[in-house]
Amino acid sequence: MRTMILMVSVALLLTISFVASYLWALSRGQFDDLETPAHRILKDDLSKINNNKENKNGI
Amino acid sequence: MEYNTSMNSYDDEIVRKFALATLIWAGVGFILGLVAALQMAYPLLNTNLEWLTFGRLRPLHTNAVIFAFAGNAIFAGIYHSTQRLLRTRLFSDALSKVHFWGWQLIIVAAAVTLPLGFTQGKEYAELEWPIDVLITVIWVVFAVNFFGTLYKRREKHMYVAIWFYIATIITVAVLHIINSIAIPFSYMKSYTVWAGMQDALVQWWYGHNAVAFFLTTPFLGLMYYYVPKIVNAPIYSYRLSIIHFWSLVFIYIWAGPHHLLYTALPEWLQTLGMAFSIMLWAPSWGGMINGLLTFKGRWSQLRNEPIWKFLIAALTFYGMATFEGPLLSIKSVSALGHYTDWIIGHVHGGALGWNGFLSFAILYYIVPKLWKTELYSKKLAEQHFWLGLTGIVLYYISMLVAGVTQGLMWKAIDANGQLVYPDFIETVVRIVPLYRVRALGGLLYISGFILMVYNIIKTIKSSKSELTDTPISNLSYDNIKDGKPRLLEGYATLFSVLALLAILVGTIIEIYPTFNVHQYINPEITVQPFTALEQEGRDLYVREGCYVCHSQQIRPLVDEKLRYGEPSTIAESMYDHPYQWGSKRTGPDLARQGKKYPDMWHYQHLLDPRQIQPRSIMPAYTWLAQKNIDYSQIKKKLNVLKNLGVPYSDIEVQNADVAAQAQAKIIEEGLQKQGVTEKLEGKEILAMIAYLQSLGQKEHR
Repeated sequence: MRTMILMVSVALLLTISFVASYLWALSRGQFDDLETPAHRILKDDLSKINNNKENKNGI
Repeated sequence: MEYNTSMNSYDDEIVRKFALATLIWAGVGFILGLVAALQMAYPLLNTNLEWLTFGRLRPLHTNAVIFAFAGNAIFAGIYHSTQRLLRTRLFSDALSKVHFWGWQLIIVAAAVTLPLGFTQGKEYAELEWPIDVLITVIWVVFAVNFFGTLYKRREKHMYVAIWFYIATIITVAVLHIINSIAIPFSYMKSYTVWAGMQDALVQWWYGHNAVAFFLTTPFLGLMYYYVPKIVNAPIYSYRLSIIHFWSLVFIYIWAGPHHLLYTALPEWLQTLGMAFSIMLWAPSWGGMINGLLTFKGRWSQLRNEPIWKFLIAALTFYGMATFEGPLLSIKSVSALGHYTDWIIGHVHGGALGWNGFLSFAILYYIVPKLWKTELYSKKLAEQHFWLGLTGIVLYYISMLVAGVTQGLMWKAIDANGQLVYPDFIETVVRIVPLYRVRALGGLLYISGFILMVYNIIKTIKSSKSELTDTPISNLSYDNIKDGKPRLLEGYATLFSVLALLAILVGTIIEIYPTFNVHQYINPEITVQPFTALEQEGRDLYVREGCYVCHSQQIRPLVDEKLRYGEPSTIAESMYDHPYQWGSKRTGPDLARQGKKYPDMWHYQHLLDPRQIQPRSIMPAYTWLAQKNIDYSQIKKKLNVLKNLGVPYSDIEVQNADVAAQAQAKIIEEGLQKQGVTEKLEGKEILAMIAYLQSLGQKEHR
């Protein structure tokens, strides 16, 4: 029973803290841009981008 | 052009070193695996050399594959991708070198000490304390080098691969240190501070998360970098990667107890472990889906690109293994699958398919880049892929069938409520042909690997240009604008602290309650510690790796009660440093082996198992009758155990050597009365027999 009480209260605390941190992150703009980071790693060199070489691959 | 000055270029030399080390150790690990597989199919291959028996080679195989092959592959990939993702050279060339040579030294030390029998007897954490200390030091070097690179990065934003590397470095440190805490009694031997059920829990918290944070998170990080790079397409969903990362690192750490279902572990922990293991399915498949869908719209190129094939197969095997894992964590499935070869099949699907194929893909991709040339032959890589794939399929299917077959045979009960196969050996003989199929699968996998080695050597030889470091790209991009709130992915320290918190929650909730282990033990039960000679025998049991094939944990299932006796209790193993519950039954459970057979039976069986059981696949342990017990260490051993809480009196510790000699004498005389003519005075086999006869005899009500 002691374990149950402990586990349930820990579970509740965790849930609250997860929801709270999600809402906080959302309000701070954490999820505003979910596209650029994925594209950026593909570009190693600025000169290539200027030459539009990447566009040949349809990006 | 001043690109070759250390400031303006990536350190490619360290990546080349780790890449070559990956190839070398992969070969060693694979061949050791093949030898071990053949030993199970043909027991005579154990030879009569103690260093080459299955019990000592199997830990060497697992350590070589996990820490040497996968380890070097991880370091090569992390050092290669991190520099490019953060657009800076590694923090320190010197630290990189120390990291590289230190890690190779650890591997060599493991390759020397494990065959010699220096082991802590904890799976995937066998290495003894001096090597554990060295691992800690080198890991810290790696961490300083990595976080130093993060600190001086020119790219503010940390891409998802970096998150996985951060989680890996932090968690492996926590796991390794907590699981390896031990008190030495000599320069090469120690006893773990954890005992019995608590040791089992800590060990599988470690063991499962070695899979999670050494074989999964770093490889996921690599996947997040190399799949988009190789395919030249952005990762399918960056949003999914955020959810996937946080849920994976948070949930994984809880799953350890699924290795201990139906054991003496408190039931709430078993249920918790099972629940989290099932939950783990979702984030795991999040990773797989994210990887696979990155190929969307480009599938047609799969035909011509062997590297793509490796990537897709790796992700598919990852998906299969992470579906099968939660399945096996369900208690009723575990009742059948645990202790069988199904588990061996499961882990090899992950190791050969996911870790192996992903590492191969990365090597095929980075080696031509690092040596500034083209891959020698796509055709050979293609053949490597198909050989490897066929090998894995043969391996997996043979072990799945072997595991389910044996599990069902163990459980078979006839109309009278009796075991259908009371002789354990019948269930072994039935699956030995499958061990041969498994070895064939391994052979195919290695054949493919040899093609790869040839291909890579030819590629490197074709390199004409001088080996120089790649210049750092001049693309600088900072998405954090002044005045706008900065994203979590721009804060390395905060991110690392949050990742640490995510893995500590499960850790604390699972491990902390076991500090009150006594509350689970009926106060009317008293448990006698091992006598000095039995403890000595126990150390030999650990040395020979008996736990690799024999469990000491009877589950409360009907067939196990019939076959082995009453279920194991928490109290029974409460003084066991380390616990020896085991995870596989190639031979029968030994928890209640004591007094089942006379000393003479054990004597003959240990020296030549086939004299007692002609079809046995157990190695012969002839050297136990030739080597002398080292009585000089016994007092020190008992003293360390006493300090760890084993209830030895001062007198017992002081007289340990005398008492051990007296007990050995009794066993020796007993054997001689029955006609043993060999001189056995002070031989190790006496201690081993004493220990085996004490199993299950220590609990009194």
